[in-house]
Parts: sequence; C-alpha cells; structure tokens
Amino acid sequence: MSHPEAMTGGAASPTTVWREEVSLIDRIPRSLAMILLMIGFLLVWQAAHSFELISKIILPSPWETAVDIVFVGQNLLTGGYMLSALWITTLEVAEGFLIAVLIGFLFGLLVGETAFGERAVMPYLVAINAMPKVAFAPLFVSWLGFGIASKVALAAFIAVFPVIVGTAAGLHAADENARMLFRTMGSSRWQTLVKLKLPIGMPHFFSGLKNAAVLVVVGAVVGEFLGGGKGFGELIRVAASQLNTPRVFCLIIYLSFLGLGLYWLVTFIQRRFVFWHRETVLQTEFGT
Amino acid sequence: MTETAVKTVEPAGPSGRPVYELHGVSKTFARRNVHALDRIDLTLAEGSFTAVIGSSGCGKSTLLKIMAGLMPPSDGGVYLSGRPVMGPRRDIGMMFQQATLFPWRTAIENVVLPIEVRDGRQAAAAAHEQAYELLDLVGLKGFELVYPSELSGGMAQRVAICRMLITEPTVLLLDEPFSALDELTRDFMNMELQRICMQRNATALLVTHSIAEAVILSDLVYVMSQRPGRFVEAVEIDLPRPRSLEMMSNPQFGALVNRIRSQLDKEAFL
Repeated sequence: MSHPEAMTGGAASPTTVWREEVSLIDRIPRSLAMILLMIGFLLVWQAAHSFELISKIILPSPWETAVDIVFVGQNLLTGGYMLSALWITTLEVAEGFLIAVLIGFLFGLLVGETAFGERAVMPYLVAINAMPKVAFAPLFVSWLGFGIASKVALAAFIAVFPVIVGTAAGLHAADENARMLFRTMGSSRWQTLVKLKLPIGMPHFFSGLKNAAVLVVVGAVVGEFLGGGKGFGELIRVAASQLNTPRVFCLIIYLSFLGLGLYWLVTFIQRRFVFWHRETVLQTEFGT
Repeated sequence: MTETAVKTVEPAGPSGRPVYELHGVSKTFARRNVHALDRIDLTLAEGSFTAVIGSSGCGKSTLLKIMAGLMPPSDGGVYLSGRPVMGPRRDIGMMFQQATLFPWRTAIENVVLPIEVRDGRQAAAAAHEQAYELLDLVGLKGFELVYPSELSGGMAQRVAICRMLITEPTVLLLDEPFSALDELTRDFMNMELQRICMQRNATALLVTHSIAEAVILSDLVYVMSQRPGRFVEAVEIDLPRPRSLEMMSNPQFGALVNRIRSQLDKEAFL
C-alpha cells in the first residue's frame, strides 16, 4: 500500500472521522424539553403539597388546581358570571392599551422630533416614569369613580411610558448617513419623518408596544384590586380572601391569556409592518 | 515635474467646460475652534474624474458637504453650472461609504426615492422605466424587486449608484463609496464606476484615502494637507482610458502612486 492510499483509502472508520460531540441534553427536542420541565415542576409542586412543606390551606395540589381550571373554563364557555368579569377586564385592557398607544405615540413624537420636547418635556416624563405608578390608583378612583374608567386610566397610565420611549427611540434610530442622504434629496422635515424616521423606528415602536401590552394588564388588575368593580381582578381578590387558592391560581392562568393574546396580536401586526426587519421576523418565528 | 507647490495649484484637468467651481473656500467651525479648510480652489471640468486624497480628518468630508450644499462655507464661492450652491440641489448626486438603502423598499423603490421626495409618488412611478434601465446599466437586471437584505455589499452600492444617477445630476460627489467593501469587490466596483462614468460622460469628484484607487480612477488627483485642509499638489494622471486593473502593475502607475505617497508623508510629519 502506498502512502496516500493509507491516508484516504477504505471506508471511514470511527477512529478516523472526527465528529462534533453534542451532549445528550442538547439533543432533546425543544417541545419535549419544555414538557419535561413542566413535569418536573408539577412533581416538585406535588411533593411540596404531599409532604406539607407548605400548609395545604395556602398551597393547593396540582390536581385541585387542574380541576378548578376545568370548572372555571366551563363557567367561561357557558357564559357564566366569570365570562362577564373577564369581558370587563378585557374592555379595560383594550381601552387602556389604545389610549396608551395613542397618547404614547404623540408624546413620543413630541419628545423625539422636537427640540422643545426633548429639552423641556423629557425630564418631566423621566421623573414621572420613576414614580411607583401603581400608587396613583387611589387618585384615579377618587377622580373617576369605582367604574371601568378608573381602571382604564391606571392601565393606560402604566402602559404609556414604554410607548413613549419606543417611539422616541425609534425617531432617533436613523443614522447620520441616512439623514444626510435625505437632506441631499432636498427632503422636507415632514418627508424625512414619514419616509425615513417613522419606518426606520418601527422595530423600536413595536418593542415599546409589546412592553405596554404586558403592563396594561397589570394596570387593569391592580386597578380592580384597589378600586373594586366587577372585573377579573375582583374575582381574584374575593377568592384570595376566602383562601380559595386553587381558584386564585387558575384565575391568574386565564388572566395571563389576556396579556398573551394582546402580545400575540401586537407581534402579528408587527410582522406585517416590519417584515423587513430581520430580528423581528426571526423573533416572531421563534415565538409562534 | 515634482514641483513642491505648497501654495495654490493650477487646476490642470482635461480641457472641457468647467462644471463645478470653488473659489477660495474656507471653513471654520467656530464652536469647536477648528479650521477645517483653507482657501480651496477647485474646478471640475465636464466629463472629468477628479480625486481628493488626504489622511483622515484633513477636511475631505467637510469639503464634500460644502460641495453638496449640506453646509455653507465660512468664506469663498461655490458654483455649479454658474449658479451658486445655496443648499441641496437636484443636479448634485451624492454617494456615501454606506449604501444606506432602506430595507422596506425594493431595489427599484430605493432607486426612485429621490424622485419621490422631490416630485411625489406619481413622478416616482413614472421614473420606474428609467430606474430599470439604470439597474440594467450597473448589472442588476432581475434584481429590481428584491429587498436590500438579499443584496450583497457590492450589489447594494450599485443600487446606491442608480439612486444617485436617477435625477441625472450634473456632478457626482463620491465620499469613499467603496471603502466598506472587501478589496476584491472594491477593485471590481471601481472599474464598474469608471465604465458608468465614461458611458454617461459624468463629471465626478471622489474623496478617498486610498492612493491606488485615486490614481486608477482619476484624471487629476489633488493632495490635501493636514488641517487646515489645503491642496498642496495636483497630480495629473495621464494613463490611457479605459483603465484596467492590470495598469496597477505598470511602472508609470507606480511612479504616480509614489509621488502622491511622498507628498502625503511629507504632510504627515509637518
């Protein structure tokens, strides 16, 4: 045998082929890994319940919770009192979100596009944003009463800041070259805004919207905790005061669908509008 | 031949109607107390290709911004086709180091953007046919409806060339247009640029810090001093056209490069 043949000849044997090692854990498919993690979590939960690491009064078993999830689900599907509560909270969330988007966008324009806004308005916004906004809830209740309006106001108030920040950041996203290019084209301020700054800022704007979508639910529920009413937050508060912990758990789970739904809606719209933004597209593909 | 002209230099471009003229242009940034340009005289003859070469921070970009009407000079006159430049103009085409295509527009929509901004959507739609021809000219036939994310760096710069040409500018101002590309692509794009300029009889000014690039493309190379930027030498490049990359290895090319390099080196240690 000549030398070159010795190097390459014959079938590749395990000793000559160098394979990349992938650990066993990394080879588990994503969905399976998620399910395994969930099972592990439920086992720990069950153990904590069975061995009374935490009092059974305040920590229900997974099974009790599951039963209650089915019960509440039936109530929702058959149009029971929980559905009307969920509808009220949904309204609060939707209205709060729309108001937050509208006002947030306008303030974002003011702060991001005008020198006056950036210099005079921005410092106040930063100061207000630093406040614990939930603490304003009693004020909204006394101003707007115990109805839906005070919850909408709190939800919008909490959710408006990420929209402002997202819009303003988006307006600053265009780089020096792009601005210079538009100037060489004799572009007016309005044209530069509409044809350059707003489109290029869309990814920032939408990440602001996503944060707002999560926060607006927080605002609505906290508003209900503190200001009463007939929403889902009230159901949670009542169930908690009766130490009906399985109910609290499953109400929270259903409530989270509300936030998730809004988040997905924003993501869906984002994908339509910002189809050209690589990260956006990748991220949404990953998310769905 | 190797005159150590340190004061003003006679413009020695190829004969032709002067298109762009700078007379004693100076620029001082009062706020930063920077004297960027000092009495620049420059004439671009019709159909000529001129390069300005200098090290970073010598005021090349400032010069180009003044010529593009993006910035007023502190002193001196700037005239394009006999009319003073008082702001951005349709008859000035400009190109930057980055292609700066907008990712939500297809290649052809990026090309007609200057028309859309200046004359509105209808005019932009009417310019599509012309844009198709331009994309064909730069070798991008079939890529008209592709989004920039699917274009390579060189292709993106070709689209930027078309965008610059769509308004049929009288003068092209090129700010290191291919310096962000890899060297192989860059050489190739320079040859493409030459072809396009020759085909359209374009008047162009290139600002660069690559000596080889300046020599292979230009009829006349101005060497710029350190701040405050002045032209210390004008080197006429009498290589025949069309130029080819092979010329880079001939002795005449080497001599020109050396002459410019020594002038630049002298400047660097002043």
